[in-house]
Amino acid sequence: MLNTVLLVVTVMVGLALVLNTIRLLAGPSTADRILALDTLYINSIALIVLLGLYFSSDMYFESALLIAMLGFVSTAALAKYLLRGDIIE
Amino acid sequence: MLFWVELFASFLLIMGGLFILIGALGMVKLPDFYTRLHAPTKATTLGIGCILIASMILHPLQGAGISIHELVISLFLFITAPVSAYMVAKAAFQRRTKLVEGTQNAEMSKDILERRAPQAR
Repeated sequence: MLNTVLLVVTVMVGLALVLNTIRLLAGPSTADRILALDTLYINSIALIVLLGLYFSSDMYFESALLIAMLGFVSTAALAKYLLRGDIIE
Repeated sequence: MLFWVELFASFLLIMGGLFILIGALGMVKLPDFYTRLHAPTKATTLGIGCILIASMILHPLQGAGISIHELVISLFLFITAPVSAYMVAKAAFQRRTKLVEGTQNAEMSKDILERRAPQAR
């Protein structure tokens, strides 16, 4: 049962990735693209956690944590650049 | 007992996938940036919380011992999601991103952009 559920949820998250990529490519303003990129980071964390469940492995959580931290820092840096035209003043 | 635990974890996984999908649908369907900001910051964060809780339940069942990595990830995500949403919203507001028709109190945005207190009506 669990493997079927994992496959279904993986398909859902993959569909969400496709929809976010549409917004990333089509977004009218730069802020839309930053938001889509942030959502893509979060969805990839979900995908990595699902992969770790599917292979019942412990190795994937460090990479998920790393992606979470990099996603926040890159979103903050991009928003700061959009706001001020510079990241570190 | 084991079956019920697995059923509960499967329910959490399905809910998480649904919420992530709803967040992505909102990203595509909603009309302007400020309404689009709602979908990923609320629905997607709730969805990934559900998936991480399911992973935390299922991990001891698979014989890997109790792991607190998921707790760290979910805590980090729940702290940083509002902060990044606020930063992106502020950047978009300062760049005069268009509001959708019928936004309430839209006339106050000019005062806020010029750093004056909004006039009471």
